[in-house]
Amino acid sequence: MTIASSTQLICFAVLSAALLLGSLGVVLLPNIVYSAFLLGGVFLSMAGLYLMLNASFVAAAQVLVYVGAVNVLILFAIMLVNKKETLAAIPGLPLRRVLSGLVCGGLGVLLLRVAFITPWPLPGPTPVGEEATIRIGEHLFSDYLLPFELASVLLLMAMIGAIVLARRDVFASDVITGEPVDQGLLEKTRTPLLSEIPALESTP
Amino acid sequence: MVTLPVATLPPAGLDLQASFLDVIQGLGLSDGLAHLLWLPLPMVLVLVAAVVGVLVNVWLERKISAAVQQRIGPEYAGALGVLQPLADGMKLVFKEDVIPVRADGLLFTLGPVLVLVPVILSWLVVPFGQNLLISNVGLGIFLWISLSSIQPIGLLMSGYASNNKYSLLGGLRAAAQSISYEIPLALAVLAVVMMSNSLSTVDIVNQQAGAGILSWNIWRQPVGFVIFWICALAECERLPFDLPEAEEELVAGYQTEYSGMKFALFYLGSYINLVLSALLVSVLYLGGWGFPLPVEWLAGWLGQSVDAPLVQLVTASVGVVMTVMKAYLLVFFAILLRWTVPRVRIDQLLDLGWKFLLPIALVNLLVTAALKLAFPAFFGG
Repeated sequence: MTIASSTQLICFAVLSAALLLGSLGVVLLPNIVYSAFLLGGVFLSMAGLYLMLNASFVAAAQVLVYVGAVNVLILFAIMLVNKKETLAAIPGLPLRRVLSGLVCGGLGVLLLRVAFITPWPLPGPTPVGEEATIRIGEHLFSDYLLPFELASVLLLMAMIGAIVLARRDVFASDVITGEPVDQGLLEKTRTPLLSEIPALESTP
Repeated sequence: MVTLPVATLPPAGLDLQASFLDVIQGLGLSDGLAHLLWLPLPMVLVLVAAVVGVLVNVWLERKISAAVQQRIGPEYAGALGVLQPLADGMKLVFKEDVIPVRADGLLFTLGPVLVLVPVILSWLVVPFGQNLLISNVGLGIFLWISLSSIQPIGLLMSGYASNNKYSLLGGLRAAAQSISYEIPLALAVLAVVMMSNSLSTVDIVNQQAGAGILSWNIWRQPVGFVIFWICALAECERLPFDLPEAEEELVAGYQTEYSGMKFALFYLGSYINLVLSALLVSVLYLGGWGFPLPVEWLAGWLGQSVDAPLVQLVTASVGVVMTVMKAYLLVFFAILLRWTVPRVRIDQLLDLGWKFLLPIALVNLLVTAALKLAFPAFFGG
């Protein structure tokens, strides 16, 4: 076994272990902040696996999009609303846990079965290496043009929805609850603090 | 490896790796072992260069700020106070490392590491000459963009783990700022990449090599240069964009609770990032290791062949000196900016990023594409 192949094996083992343990932690940890940080670790190890498959552009894009944007925004949202409050007990929680565990386990068994009975062509296609960026660009603008554009329309819709939800003050009634919005609260005129202080001239 | 188009193939230049491998194999060691011996050398060299760069940077910051405020600045530690940064560093190393009782110890320790590691990793793609970089990966500049997006996670982590409202606010500000300025930054880089048809930093420099100072990207991308510089300053959290650690509002932002070596990691990270940004501005817009006059012309006038060993050595040294000089010129401007302009407010910062820089960067990209189609000879057809 050469140095390169043994290094590769060790890297694969470490990355897979990090990926599996990390994703278990994301699901099982009670602290939501830990889950969010571990999710970043999971995305990073996935990028490492892409790197080992010689897909360096995909790996960098994974880091940029999932770690740099998605995970940061998730953390951002958690930290902005992270109130320490005890949530009301959900009825039948153990049963729900068992059910969702069964569904996930079934899905896992199904995926494992697919992974084992599919005749994978080994060794896989030769990696294109540094040319991958050019190939991806060509595909995006020829045979994958429609999905690419549809994805951008989807993102635009999400963005407009977010703006509508965030700028509730422009509507007379709340979008979700239908209650009238107290716009006076938002546009309360500023009263200068100092003008209410009793006149200083009275002091000798 | 990246293959260059034949028409613009530059002289091979100094290849230290090949020479080193030749020497080691000449001693009778195997090929694999020679590679193994070579691997750590450039990494250690770049790490040392980065740290020395920070020391120089800290000294410059102290001296220039003193000059701006008509003081003398550090004077007793070494000649002109050059040993002052070293004294600062030693002080930080020996300080007690305090973890607040109510803080989250694990995340508190991990935060500074996550801030520093991506910055150091990004030095992978900084070229000091044709073959003088750790790895000419095809991703090049894209690797830097994606690595620098990891940093806000470290900032959020340390802000959260400190269990302090100022820290949390600082961390949140850092993340918001970093996300807003990443997009115009990437668009400005994209315009340059479009002109050089490659993401590789070496190719980007080679594309600017034709006619010395006249062929540098700054003349073809003046708007992109300004956008990139503003965004780079914002990503480094330098004044006028140092909101995450604004002393007057947030004590010290996400670093409030940190001391000793953990604080030193933040400090090191921010200065390494500044040097890195300056180096990348010089690579993207100021011709990288290129001399204002092409060295091939100079060698031709002196009647020397560019492939002669001595000429190659001189060319490589001039290249390193030019890269560092350009970078430190930019660092000088960054320091001068820090000590002359006031801080922007958070709403002004986000307005500038989203409502001004982003549209301008988009227009810049479109105009570059149009010019590339119209004048392929000047804009890299």
